Parts: sequence; structure tokens; C-alpha cells
Amino acid sequence: MNEMHPLALYVPLAPLAGAIVAGFFGKAIGRAGAHTVTILGVAVSLLLSWLIFQDVEGGKTYNAAVYTWATSGGIRFDVGFLIDKLTVTMMLVVSFVSLMVHVYTIGYMAHDEDNWPADSLAGSHSYQRFFAYISLFTFSMLMLVMSNNFLQLFFGWEAVGLVSYLLIGFWSVRPTAVYANLKAFLVNRVGDFGFLLGIGLIAAYCGTLDYVQVFAQGQKLAGTTVELIPGSAWALISVVCICLFIGAMGKSAQFPLHVWLPDSMEGPTPISALIHAATMVTAGIFMVSRMSPLFELSQAALSFVIVIGAITAFFMALIAIVQTDIKRVVAYSTLSQLGYMTTALGASAYSAAMFHLATHAFFKAVLFLGAGSVIIAMHHEQDMRRMGGLRKYMPITYLTVLIGAIANAGLPPFAGFFSKDSIIEAVHLATTPGAGFAYALILAGVFVGGFYSFRLVFFAFHGQERFRQAPAHDSHAGGHAAHVAHEAHEAHEAHEAHGHDDAHGHDDHGHHGPVEPKESPWVVTLPLVLLAIPAIAAGWLIGPVLFGGYFGGAIFIAPEHPAIATMAKEFHGVLGMIAHGLQTPPFWLALAGAATAWYLYIARPELPAVIKEKSGVLARILEDKYGFDRFNDWFFAGGARLLGRGLWKGGDKGLIDGVAVNGSAKVVGWVASLVRLFQSGYIYQYAFSMIIGVFVLLTLWLNRA
Amino acid sequence: MTGLPLLSLAIWLPIVGGLLVLATGSDRNAGLARLLALAVAVAGFLVTLPLYAGFDAGTSAMQFGELREWIPRFNVHYRLGVDGISVLFILLNSFITPLVVLAGWKVIEEKVAQYMAAFLIMSGLMNGIFAALDAMLFYVFFEASLIPMYLIIGVWGGPNRVYAAFKFFLYTLLGSLLMLVALIWLFFQSGGSFNLLDWHAMPIPLEAQKLLFFAFLAAFAVKVPMWPVHTWLPDAHVEAPTGGSVVLAAIMLKLGAYGFLRFSLPIAPDASRELAWLMIALSLIAVVYIGFVALVQADMKKLIAYSSISHMGFVTLGFFIFNSLGVEGALVQMISHGFVSGAMFLCVGVLYDRVHSRQIADYGGVVNTMPKFAALFVFFAMANSGLPATSGFVGEFMVILGAVKHDFWIGAAAATTLILGAAYTLWMVKRVVYGATANHHVAELSDIGAREFVVLGLLALCVLGMGLYPFPFTEVMHASVDNLLKHVAVPKF
Repeated sequence: MNEMHPLALYVPLAPLAGAIVAGFFGKAIGRAGAHTVTILGVAVSLLLSWLIFQDVEGGKTYNAAVYTWATSGGIRFDVGFLIDKLTVTMMLVVSFVSLMVHVYTIGYMAHDEDNWPADSLAGSHSYQRFFAYISLFTFSMLMLVMSNNFLQLFFGWEAVGLVSYLLIGFWSVRPTAVYANLKAFLVNRVGDFGFLLGIGLIAAYCGTLDYVQVFAQGQKLAGTTVELIPGSAWALISVVCICLFIGAMGKSAQFPLHVWLPDSMEGPTPISALIHAATMVTAGIFMVSRMSPLFELSQAALSFVIVIGAITAFFMALIAIVQTDIKRVVAYSTLSQLGYMTTALGASAYSAAMFHLATHAFFKAVLFLGAGSVIIAMHHEQDMRRMGGLRKYMPITYLTVLIGAIANAGLPPFAGFFSKDSIIEAVHLATTPGAGFAYALILAGVFVGGFYSFRLVFFAFHGQERFRQAPAHDSHAGGHAAHVAHEAHEAHEAHEAHGHDDAHGHDDHGHHGPVEPKESPWVVTLPLVLLAIPAIAAGWLIGPVLFGGYFGGAIFIAPEHPAIATMAKEFHGVLGMIAHGLQTPPFWLALAGAATAWYLYIARPELPAVIKEKSGVLARILEDKYGFDRFNDWFFAGGARLLGRGLWKGGDKGLIDGVAVNGSAKVVGWVASLVRLFQSGYIYQYAFSMIIGVFVLLTLWLNRA
Repeated sequence: MTGLPLLSLAIWLPIVGGLLVLATGSDRNAGLARLLALAVAVAGFLVTLPLYAGFDAGTSAMQFGELREWIPRFNVHYRLGVDGISVLFILLNSFITPLVVLAGWKVIEEKVAQYMAAFLIMSGLMNGIFAALDAMLFYVFFEASLIPMYLIIGVWGGPNRVYAAFKFFLYTLLGSLLMLVALIWLFFQSGGSFNLLDWHAMPIPLEAQKLLFFAFLAAFAVKVPMWPVHTWLPDAHVEAPTGGSVVLAAIMLKLGAYGFLRFSLPIAPDASRELAWLMIALSLIAVVYIGFVALVQADMKKLIAYSSISHMGFVTLGFFIFNSLGVEGALVQMISHGFVSGAMFLCVGVLYDRVHSRQIADYGGVVNTMPKFAALFVFFAMANSGLPATSGFVGEFMVILGAVKHDFWIGAAAATTLILGAAYTLWMVKRVVYGATANHHVAELSDIGAREFVVLGLLALCVLGMGLYPFPFTEVMHASVDNLLKHVAVPKF
């Protein structure tokens, strides 16, 4: 138990080394050098993770410190690794998807110089910089998942946030990008605020931040009550878990802290796939699973988790329906799927959440990278209204996206079916208060999921070829639905940066003439195919992973939460699950969603516009994304500035300087005007002699007697 | 360490060196003045290294002690010594000085020798403050250090420099006059001793302790500065030349905080405990109120000045929650703030030297013309926002942990800095660094040269190193901090 795997340290260090070389010596080693060294680093991570997996599979767990970061207040803060099934699963997912994304990036960023103004030095080695960032991300994410303590967890947590910030704002000349990255960072910081308080409570009551030692004191925390608000006593464990979960809500974009994720699509597509779909945003899911020994002790926290998850799963899926930007559809789909995982956590089905995390990483990476492949072919056009009929031109992309969509919709026998179905079943069986509510929402979400997934496929790849038409007046530059919301308050200062027209002014070279789409090069399609394979097949591992005790001691489930155990009893192999699945509502709901998409976008393509017309307010609400962005900009961004200005002008300038210092300030002014007369320009020499004089005179004069 | 008076060297080498620099005279010898100043500053830093290397972290006793009679009539001694609380600040101060000399290398073209000398002399005087164990000696150093800073602002400052210099001088001088009264009272009360360690041990009635506490508060709160006596700082920063701002933020603000640990807490422990609520409240106001004020600043230097006040709020908060996480976190925060705020002011200086404006609105898209600078600026901004793996995180993290331990809601109020600090810092970064090239001034910018790169790069290494491995810093503090906390916990009346 208390030993270090001899290879563990090299898993995160290999991509770090790649990032350092590509980042600091990018100019010297050139483009090929940069992508070679970073791909090599990540490949080493994947290989080592696989070797470590072999050992962990054999039943071993590793837990040891690398070095002591600091000591204070009787607490030793370590940097160290805990490697068990949970960790090694994440290590494999992260390094595999990261490797695919690295390769894909070679194709995607090949012409990145087009995205920069000619005279921008920031754009001069942007290719190398991009590789440095995604390798740095891989390092941070690995540090996060491999941690054996809360300090390092928080390190990784914020470090992935930093890289996300750098990558969302990668095309820093676009006002939308640098608006989105600031927003992402700040919203995440709101989550981290709760997270840090949770960690603080753990440190205060457990006297350690080491996972194993904290988990051992779980019962003590459950037995302690605190009265944070006078008159209402809470179990300490509930406060701790809810605080920690607020962190997860930020990182995993759960309602109402979800607002940053759709905007994060401003970043280049490879990172949308890697960071904002497959790995970083699942950090919250991983974290709660890791903390299962704590969450299991708090019914209140689990209820909170399940309700938040279900709200996210359903309501975010609804927004995906009205999006026309291909990346934003996938982004809202990601939000919804993260909601499913969170709901599973609340139902104590941690293994189901982790399983869905893994399958989702594959099929969502496929969807994003597929969308990216389309975007390359369309010369950076992202609006699906300007696509259509692409399947003829891009067969590989089409097929892989179709696979991703089927998996995302949760249709058998693709990966998403197994993981999503297990979540729905677990929530059905769960006894957590709020589970009934959650069950209804996530069931309804299945229909919506089926609809938006196939809408994307049909809208972009089937039907009329719309890309040859002259650009419609309103569909320039990706036609973000966000526009609708923003027009209402364009004068608002916060939106100084939201001029979409400028934002894309430089990269719309493809918009003017007709586009002739063609399949992307192999560096793009190969990762798509390699990711599509697990998107199809990863689900078949459900038997051992979910019901075979794969996670072993890494996940703790209290005896009073029997959902997974019950399901295990009823599980009779993959084929049995498919056969059973065909008789249950989720399957038919997903199918109905797909059929509706077919009807609306292939059979009667004129209908969506009519429906939108008729549903007036409802469509507006969805296009407005329930008004969150507007409210946040008005209340938080605007309110903070108003308050700041009030305190500054009223407090500092008015009261303190104006009233209190006023009198003395006048005196100062008067004295100053006098002294100015004497300022010969050599006053400093006198002053220096004065310092010396102080010493000399004091000594001489006082020692006289 | 073999009998060399290391502390005296740390104090007098820069002062004597500064006088030599001054002796190079007019600006015809500016080149010589610069080189000599750099040599003195580097030597001044080198002589402080043995203080860390030879420091015994196992004891809370004063080390490297020196004792000479100075004014026997009043029993005033030249008494020096350092413990785990003060030793790091002497190193920090001596480390910052060469950087400041380098930062003013090209920009200062007039009265070069005097400028360099002022910084060297100030550096020595401030080392004296951290090393003095005799109250009179402390007071003399404390007051004397005002003069060079006053001159730096008043002579090499901006257009409104005279106003700012006087505001700075009077504000801080008035505060310390009350302290002088307290020192004289203590002298008589102790039967004629200015030895700080005697005063630490001396019993004092509670009411008297309270008066003493407020007298010290007047001096130190202005210096930190704490809300509501902070309004001199933004003015001073705006008018000060870059080097002045760096020293002001990196070292001078620490003098007040250090005073709390050396005077208020050990001399008036019972009053400190009784009045902790007040100090905590003022600290939290600094963190939250000033955070909002920083958000709306249009002048980069003002923004960073307010950010400094907010960060120093963490320091005073950490002191008055009376647990070792809090106090050690506060000390770490002080050192980190020395690196980070110093670097932030240097960054603004780099821009100011080129464009001659500190207004955020005059910039935009700096990364397009100064990518190297932008990378460093963003890095320091992240440190200023308390990102883990930078030094800015360590102190904040420890203080928040300590505060949660003390009281959940105090911790929660302090933790709002996670959001506020990131908001004001990164919003500035967004408007200055990112975006399209805003105007022809930005388009004509040239990236940082070797000298600027070395200065900022060294600070970046410190920020990163301390963020990744703060162990060497926390390790030397334990014994002294534990001893102080034990001392504060025991009533002495």
C-alpha cells in the first residue's frame, strides 16, 4: 500500500517535459520538432499508464509521497500519488484521448497563421505554443487524478483551469475569445471558492489533507455537527461535501455554474474535445467518485448532487435543440451528459458515473473532432445552416460522427447505451431523496438527447447542400445564438468585447466564394477512427467494470444505497442487457427522438422554421439560454463594478480622503507650497546628511553627560 | 559565520556603498554610478546569504546577535539579532535591491548617482529595521527609512509628486509619533530599558496594554496600510518612479506588518487578543472592500496598489487569528507579495517606459508586439490571483485554512479573494495584453530587452520556486512562530 510505483512519476513528467521543450524552444525546434516531442511525451504517458494498469489490475494499490511541499500548523502538505483502479482508469482515458488530440492537432492547426493578423508576433509560433499548452494540460490533469491528497488535487484543479484559460483565449486577437476565457476562469473560481472552503474544513477538523487519513475520519465528521447559521445545526460531513461539490459544479459545469462551457467553444476545436468534453470537465465527476467515502455519509449532499445533476442533464439538452453552431450543439450535449454523470453520483452509482465518463470521453471526443473536421472542410464555417449534404464529401468524418451520435443518443449496442442505461436504472433504484424527480428529468432527457444528436447528423451531413448559397445576411461568423441575447443590451459595458463581427473579421476568407468541401487529411481522420472504435465497443466492458467489482476498494458505497448491487444481481451479460434494454422506455425515447429529428430535418425540412415561429416565447427562452448570461452580466459583472465605484468614490475619495483627511490635506498643500520655494534640486544631499546627522548628533549629544 | 558581524554588514554595506555612489557626483559619471551601485547591491545581497545558510531553524532565540553600547545615558544599545520571523525579510530586501538598480538602469537619466544611492541607503536602513532589537535603534531606522523614499517620490516622481510625497511622509510620520510616545512610556515602565526582549517579558496591566496597542496600531496600520488609513498608498504609487513603487510594495509595506509581530503581539498580548475582532474586521474590509475598489481602477498602478492593500489584508488577518497556519501563512504571503507586487509594478514600468501612460484604456493587444513580456505579465498576474504553483497561492491558502479553522465565515469572507483577486487582475490583463492591437503606440512597442528579461525572469523563478516548494520558507519560521503564539496565549498582567 505505502509504496510508490517506480514508473508513476514519469507519467505526468513526460508531457511536462514535452511542454517545456515546445514552449520555450519552439522557435528553435520548429513545428515538426514541437509536435514530435509533445506527442512523444504523451505517448510515454499512455504506455506507462498501461504498464501501471497491469500492476493495479493484479490487485496492487500504490500510495506514497513524492516530496513534502510545506509544513505548518501540525499539518504536513505533501505532493504524492495514490494509484488504484479509479486513478489508473483516468490515467488511461486522459493519456489516450490526449494522444489522439495531439495527432489531430497537426492537421487542425496546420494553417493557424491564417487565424492571426500578419503582424502579430503572438501568432508567429502559435503552432508550437498550442502543442506546449495541450501537453501542459495533460501534465496538470494527470497530477490532478493521481493525487493522494487535497492540496495536490487543488493544484491540478486550478492548473487545468489555467490551461483552459490560456487555450480558450488562444486566438487572443478575437474579443469573443478573451471574453470567454475570462468568464470561464471567474466562474470556475466561484466553484473553487466553495472547494477551498471544503478543503479548509477538512484541514481544520481532520488535521491532515491526505485522502486515506481523511477517509478514515469520515465517521467522525459525520458525527460532528456545526452551527454555521445560528439555530440550524448541520452534520459537518454535509457541509464539507456540499462545499467540495460546489467546486465540482464549477469545473464540471453544473447548473447554475454551467455558463462558461458554451462560451469556451471560442477555443480551437482540439481543446474543446480534450478539455471541454473528454477530460477536464469530468474532473468534478472524478473528484466526487474519489470522495465517495465522504459523500456516502451525507444524505443531504447526495440529494443536492442528484438534483443539480438532473436539472443540468435535462435543461441543457433542451438548449442544444435550438443551436445552429455545430460546436455549440456538441457543447450543450456535453453539459447534458455531465449532468447524467452527476445524477449517477447522487444515486451512489459512482462506478456508473465513471463508466459513463469513460465512454463519453470517447464518443464526445469523436463528435468534437468530427465537428472540427467539418469546420476545416468548411473553411471555419460553423453554422449548420450553411452546411448540409456533407456525407458525400467527407465519408470518414460522416461515419465517425454518426457513430458518436448514436453513442451519445444511448442506442444499443454502442458504448453510450450501456453507460447511460446503467445511470438511468441506478437513479430509478436509488433511495436518495430527490431521486424520483431526477429520474423523470433524465428520462425526458433521453428523448431530447436522441433528437439533438441526430439533428446534428441530419442537419450537417444530409439534405440540401446549402454551402454554395450566398451568405445569408444574418449568418456571418458562426451565427451564434448568443447574438439574440446580446442585442438587447449591446450598450452594456461588459459586452464591449462581444463584437462578433470584428471577432471573425479576419478568418472569414472562406465565406465569400462557394466552398468545395473535401475529406480531411489522415492526421485528422485517423484519431477519429481510433476514437470511434471505443465509442462503439467500450460499453461491452460493462460487466466487469460496473458489476464485477472492478473499482474494488477505490469506491465506497454504503450498504443503504444498494442500487448498483441490485443491478448487478439482475445483470446477465451484455446481450441480456441489450435485450432487456429494448423493452424499456429509454430505448424507445431515444429512438423517438431520432425519428423526430429525421422527420423534421430530412422528411419535412421546412417544418423547423414553422415550429420556431409558432413556439415564440419558448424558442426565445431557449435561444436566450434561460437568460443566465444576461442576468450574470447585469447582476454580477455590472453589480460588482457599481459597488466598486461606489466604495471608491463614496468611501475612499468621499469619506476617507474628503472628510477625514481633508483638513490635514489642506495643511499639506499649504506646507508643500512653502517648501517648493526652497526646493533647489539639491535637497536630497541635505537629506542624506540628515540621516547620518541623526546618528552622529544623537550619539555625541546624548553621550555628553 | 566565524564572528563576522553579518547583520551589521547587511545594514552598513549598502549604506556606505550608497555614500560612495553619491560621491561619484554629477551625471557625467552616470555610467560609473550605475555599475558601482549594482556591485554594491549584489554584494549586499551576497552578505545576507550566510544568514540563511547558518540559520538554526531549531530555536526561537535571536541569532547572529550583536551588542554595543550606543547611548549609555539612556541605556540605548546597538543591539541586533534575527529570528525566524525577521531573517527572511532581510534576504528579501537585499534581493530586491539589485533588481531595483537594474530596473532604473536606463530610465533614470538625471541625478543617477543620487537615485541609486537613495535606494542603497534605504535598503540598508530597512535591513536595520528588521535586525534591530533595541527599540530606539528600531525607531531611528524606521523613521530614517522614510527620508530616502520621500526623496525618491519627490525628486524622481510624476507630475503630482510633491503632493504625494508629503501625503506619504506626513501620514506615516504622524502615525509613528504615537509609537514614540509608547516607546518612551515603556522605557520608564521597564526601569530604563530599550531592550525589546525585556519588554516582551515585562508584565503590563490590560488597560495600559490597550493604549500601547493603539499607539503601535497608529504607526503600523498606516504603514501596512490597513483600511481606513490606506489612501496615501495609491497616490504614492502613482507618483513614484517604478523602482520606488517596487520597494514601497515589496519591502516598505512589510515594515508595518513586521511591527505587529515584533511589538504589538508580544508586548501587548492580552490587548491583542481582546482587540483581535477589530483587526480581523479591518483586515476583511481590506480584502473585500478594496477588492471591489481595485476592480474599477483605470490606472494600472492604482489597480496594483489597491491589490497590494487587499493582499496585505491577508497578512494582518493571518496574524490575528492566532494559529500557526495563519501567522506562517501571513509571513509567507509577505514574502510572496514582495516578489509578485514588485514584479507587477516592474511590468507596468516596462509599459510606461515605452508609452508613457499607465491608463489601461491606452493599451490593448500588447501580446501582439511583446509576446515575451506578455507571457511574464500573465504569469505574474496569475500569481497575483493566487494560482497554485505560484508563491501567491501559498500564503493565501495557509491563511484561508487557518481562518476556516478559527471561524468558518471569516474563512469564507477571506476566500472571496479567489474571485475578486482573479477578477480585477485578469480583467486588467484582458484589456491590456489581449485583443487586437489597439493603437499605433501598441503597434510600435518593442519587446523586453535582456536587462528587463533578467529582472523579470529572476522574479518569475522566485515566484515559481516558492510556489512549488515553499518548504524552505516555512521551515525556518516554525520555532519562532510557535514561541510567539505560546507567548501571546499567556496573560501577562
